[in-house]
Amino acid sequence: MSVSTCPSRSAPDQAPAGGASAERDAQGLDAFDRDIVLATQAGLPLVPDPWGAVGREVGLDGEAVLERMRAMQERGVIRRVAAVPNHYRLGYVANGMTVWDVDDAEVERLGREVAAIEGVSHCYRRPRHLPHWPYNLFAMLHGRSREEVERQAEALRARLGEACRDHRILYSSRILKKTGLRLARRAPHA
Amino acid sequence: MTLEDLDDVDRRLINRLQEGLPLVTRPYAAVAEELGITEGDLLYRLERLCEGGVLSRFGPMYHAERLGGGLTLAALAVPEADYERITQAVNAFPEVAHNYRREHALNMWFVLATETAEAIASTLAEIEAVTGLPVYNMPKEEEFHVRLHLPI
Repeated sequence: MSVSTCPSRSAPDQAPAGGASAERDAQGLDAFDRDIVLATQAGLPLVPDPWGAVGREVGLDGEAVLERMRAMQERGVIRRVAAVPNHYRLGYVANGMTVWDVDDAEVERLGREVAAIEGVSHCYRRPRHLPHWPYNLFAMLHGRSREEVERQAEALRARLGEACRDHRILYSSRILKKTGLRLARRAPHA
Repeated sequence: MTLEDLDDVDRRLINRLQEGLPLVTRPYAAVAEELGITEGDLLYRLERLCEGGVLSRFGPMYHAERLGGGLTLAALAVPEADYERITQAVNAFPEVAHNYRREHALNMWFVLATETAEAIASTLAEIEAVTGLPVYNMPKEEEFHVRLHLPI
């Protein structure tokens, strides 16, 4: 079947085979859940009844697909069903990965605080690689200009205060590859 | 398609759909009603925004680790003279989902997504073998925030 999605699909990597097993895996997902993930990782169909369209691919009715997607969202398996904009096309041409060397004793508390600052899309603690890479806190910033990103970084710097020894802004200068994540393991059909 | 091609309804639609689609029967109709347009108009606009490249994706955003998959951020310090060759070698791995050139001695940064958590280490080892360069693996140790929202 060909239903419009975003991005448009050429051929699915793996065609869902239709769930048969009620067995749940370590993540609490059964074969139907896995099939739903496979059927939607290229995008949700852009039709009035997207749940029904997914259901026809996996062998469930639309109501059942909706219920399962709600359950997956409640458990945080689905963060949300949303539009992902192309930063550059929306005018967000400055995308800076800011990296901070923050006192280990303070990084957890401060990470939560800076994550809430305007402009921060992703914020993580990651391992250092000494001596070349002393940074343990990462925050992605998005602005319409480098000046805007630098102002946002200043706000982070102020919030981190003395616990921060050093920081850098690494701007992206070229997208070398950008595809969707290939996440779904093949469902264990019993 | 660029920002100048978008009318007020397109902008409100993009802002609204970055927040997330409600998980209800006829979800597009529900959002269309909020915005004061028809379901058909919304679907037409959404398809056009995707085809025009303003949106790179519309759909469920899955949490890789909660699906049992592996996810990491890794970096390489690539000699300039070798940059194109190394780019091709790294991009050839289907597990490499995103790859960005960045301005730093560590000048190549990629996100690796694997179907199992265990496959991260072996894939990184293969990338080291193919490129001849040490990979700096920086898996997240704690997540404070994940929410891309770009208001227009």
